[in-house]
Amino acid sequence: MADDNNSKLISTLDRSVHPPHLYPAYTSTVKRAPANALMPVAQKISDLTGPTYGEGTIGELDSDLTKNSVVNGEPVGERIIVVGRVLEESGRPVPNALIEIWQANSTGRYIHNRDQHDAPLDPNFRGAGRCLTNSKGEYRFVTIKPGAYPWRNHENAWRPAHIHLSVFGRNFNSRLVTQMYFPGDPLMALDPIYLGLPEKARPLLISSYAHDITEPEWALGYRFDIVLSGSRQTPFE
Amino acid sequence: MTEQKTPLLQTSSQTVGPFFHYGLIFGEEHILVNEHTLGQRIIITGTVFDGDGEPIPDALVEIWQADVNGYFDHPEDPNHDKADKHFKYFGRSDTVKNGVYSFKTVKPAVATCNNDTQEAPYVCVRVFSRGMLIHAVTRMYFPNEKNNETDVLLNSIDANRKQTLIARLVENNDLPTYHFDIHLQGAEETVFLDL
Ligand SMILES: [Fe+3]
Repeated sequence: MADDNNSKLISTLDRSVHPPHLYPAYTSTVKRAPANALMPVAQKISDLTGPTYGEGTIGELDSDLTKNSVVNGEPVGERIIVVGRVLEESGRPVPNALIEIWQANSTGRYIHNRDQHDAPLDPNFRGAGRCLTNSKGEYRFVTIKPGAYPWRNHENAWRPAHIHLSVFGRNFNSRLVTQMYFPGDPLMALDPIYLGLPEKARPLLISSYAHDITEPEWALGYRFDIVLSGSRQTPFE
Repeated sequence: MTEQKTPLLQTSSQTVGPFFHYGLIFGEEHILVNEHTLGQRIIITGTVFDGDGEPIPDALVEIWQADVNGYFDHPEDPNHDKADKHFKYFGRSDTVKNGVYSFKTVKPAVATCNNDTQEAPYVCVRVFSRGMLIHAVTRMYFPNEKNNETDVLLNSIDANRKQTLIARLVENNDLPTYHFDIHLQGAEETVFLDL
């Protein structure tokens, strides 16, 4: 076991589903995309290990964005529940995966001091949360559906509604930062960040409406599963 | 429990965007040591530059490294029980101040379980930013290491680009300070790895 680590196969990023560094329609990529080919390297123990999280990492309210920054009332907007599982390509669930999310409020405004969008802030909504997956790789957030917002990439550019997610899997190689979109949003077809994805990968970033998660008289449910690079071996091999 | 006959498609990366700070930057995650951590403290700092040589003030830099004895506090390391419980191994920093990131950490030893006496010590680095649909991965090596001559990765890189992976030691500070600038593009473009 001790000497196996270099031969143990974990998958790296599947470049056929991930976006390229350079996608000129997203204009900020033009000066920020490496021009040289990525260098192939042997995996080391530093790639098979990564930060681990457990009890004590997360506070009780961290995953409820409708409650974790209340000042004088409930945040305004459409209350939603977002659930999903974090899996490896093999289908094996990833327990204790740290998921951090951040998002605009229901008007499309981030609380960030550099967001200049002329839409109201919500004093009761900070728009950041985190949680750990359980033993089955499942996670659950309660939040407010984010609004679309304008950006300056091109004339009349608007980002489709999205939630940003940062995920730590079993090792540092499975590190993922992504965005979750909502079904039926017409802005996706116009969005160069979404369109920067290879076509086969696009549907995976759209959450699905989940009626089984929807709670009567309270909130709509959405499901968003996350598949990380990692072991390609099946759990029962 | 379902067994997948064919692997699932990975969820794709998307840019971290310009507004990640209040979701990801809090606490003191750029400080990897506390008063009990083993080893000489060092600073790792540098600037993230774009293809015009302009500093990028909205990047996120993450590091992951072994402790001062070459162990990782993670079950995949067969010697993880010897790992320093007072070291954080992982750090992240924004670049709000003129594109500059900074970490307080210790200098890692070569990972003991790689059993590679030719390997040079390094720190894993990931860079995210607005304008990057997917992060970039590199490794920072230390200057004046005799194993830099024999390290397989360093030796596989053209001599004129190898220097982009080797930090510069700046002596005139309280703590040994390693400067490691990251050029996403341009004449001095950092070597990025397919990981
Ligand atoms: Fe956004």
